[in-house]
Amino acid sequence: MNKLIFNEMLKIIRKRKLIVVVAIMVVLISLFTYAQFREVQRQIEKLGDVDWRTTLQQQIVDTQNRLTSSGISDEWKAQLQIRVQQQQYYLDNNINPAEPGAPTFVRSFAQESITLFVPLLIMIIAADIVSSERSAGTVKLLLTRPVKRWKILLSKYIALLLSISIIVVLMGVLAYLISGVVFGFGGWNAPVLTGFTSIGGELNTSNVQLIDQWQYILMEFGLVWFVAIVVGTLSFMLSVLLKSTSASMGVMLAALIAGLILSNLVSSWQSAKYLFMINLDLTGYIAGSSPPVPGMTLLFSIGVLSIWAVGALLISFSVFVRQDVY
Amino acid sequence: MTEITLSIKGLRKKIGKREIIKGLDFELKSGEVFGFLGPNGAGKTTTIRMLVGLIRPTAGSIQVCGYDVKKNFVKAMSHLGCIVENPELYPYLTGLENLQHFSRMIPNFDSNHLEYVIKLVRLQDRINDPVKTYSLGMRQRLGIAQALLGKPKVLILDEPTNGLDPMGIREMREFIRFLAEKEGLTVLVSSHLLSEIQLMCDRVAVISKGKVIKVDTVKNLLHFQEQLVWKVSPVEEGKKLLQTVTTVKLDKENRLVTPLSDKSSSWNHMLVEHGIEVHEIQRKVPALEDLFLELTGGESVE
Repeated sequence: MNKLIFNEMLKIIRKRKLIVVVAIMVVLISLFTYAQFREVQRQIEKLGDVDWRTTLQQQIVDTQNRLTSSGISDEWKAQLQIRVQQQQYYLDNNINPAEPGAPTFVRSFAQESITLFVPLLIMIIAADIVSSERSAGTVKLLLTRPVKRWKILLSKYIALLLSISIIVVLMGVLAYLISGVVFGFGGWNAPVLTGFTSIGGELNTSNVQLIDQWQYILMEFGLVWFVAIVVGTLSFMLSVLLKSTSASMGVMLAALIAGLILSNLVSSWQSAKYLFMINLDLTGYIAGSSPPVPGMTLLFSIGVLSIWAVGALLISFSVFVRQDVY
Repeated sequence: MTEITLSIKGLRKKIGKREIIKGLDFELKSGEVFGFLGPNGAGKTTTIRMLVGLIRPTAGSIQVCGYDVKKNFVKAMSHLGCIVENPELYPYLTGLENLQHFSRMIPNFDSNHLEYVIKLVRLQDRINDPVKTYSLGMRQRLGIAQALLGKPKVLILDEPTNGLDPMGIREMREFIRFLAEKEGLTVLVSSHLLSEIQLMCDRVAVISKGKVIKVDTVKNLLHFQEQLVWKVSPVEEGKKLLQTVTTVKLDKENRLVTPLSDKSSSWNHMLVEHGIEVHEIQRKVPALEDLFLELTGGESVE
């Protein structure tokens, strides 16, 4: 089995898939770092003051002004209200929600990337791991070895899990190193508040805890890793079912983007909460933003995602073991 | 050395409602090259894919060295090597890496065997180059090398000379003969090119529309068909005369065709005595083309 996994890793690396993913990460993280840097510059120019309390107060005023305008949807209004209350809570407790430094960048980057950026990177590897063997015809050589089919598929799945883990870890490391050059490397122990919940548009602060930033980042990356595995498993299933890599990429991409759009629309459609793409924003729960459908919790989403992943695995294996290869 | 290495009984495959393979039976012995001959679409590739476990048969059994492909897949496959259609290897890996990749899938692989196989297919000079730089002939040889990695007793090659130049075809043919005669392998070769099968096979199964029409040695099939072609004038009188002693047909070029017989010299004598000029007597070894046309009742072959 180890030898089979070695084979699969060899193919992923020699096909330069991992290098492509790393290159994309380096380019995009640099871009985001620069954008963040410009934003900070702009605020210093505008307020002429670097004290975070002034900045935060200004942000709260800005958001409240937006809330009074009539052209925004109810869902968005609820989101903004929660955010204002959170910011007020930070201000009241004299805690800076955006302590300057690389760890803060890493924290917000992980939060933003969980619904689309990370799934996209994972798809690059997962979507072709089986279908490329079929389109190139090498699957015929692979399946005529004295090895059972389920072992071959399992070795591919384990290689995928390894690649996902490498990507998630590298993402954290790269985000830290690249943004650290601009914002400085300190700030691991900055205090962060977590445990906000929202009930009917009101912020509930009864369970709020103060933790160190590194603990928060660790939690975030655990969730990013979990989402990456779920998305990877679903792409893996599509890769088994569909003969072409571009078809499986297309289907997955459509589902992810539909998820982003739906998240802002479905608050009145209860059963949408069982769709996997609505549940991807796990970091939103620990940050305390309001869920797409009221009543969804972190555990609920993890449960839904797990069921989807297990189902995808079952389908992948039962199809792959039985199917006729032409 | 005449143990049965591959045995196929009552093999059938249905796809949807259409039955593509309608009951195949044959047995292959060690040390022989067995031809699997039929026009495109006769079911050769489907059959081969069933033999190597890529497609599940609807009915029937396949045994490799006594192990059932369905019930004992791992054991059966460890005695079998194959190339199905084109030898599709990983183009981004080198030849050596490809072979190492497949050798890691063989239990208790002996790494000395890798060098032996590379030398056998004469790829030692280019083995460290990426496969995407290989010519088709080299890919075909690398394909055979990977098929031989597991020291198989049965080698299945689907259209092994497809796309090769005449030199490559000859090399491939000699190599296949060598494997059967010196290494004692059973080699199953499929082809729609009758001349190929004729030149390299000991026995042949003729297949058409999912059925085996005939299984026999190449020699027998050819002997059975040998004929004499007579060029005489006047043709009509010659024909009448020969009809008194044997069956005569008139071919397209206005020549008389009779079965091969040891009495042909007396027939000749008779024609000359009756004042008929005999310009030419030719012994015709028929190509499998003719045989195939006769067996299948005129279905066209490339």
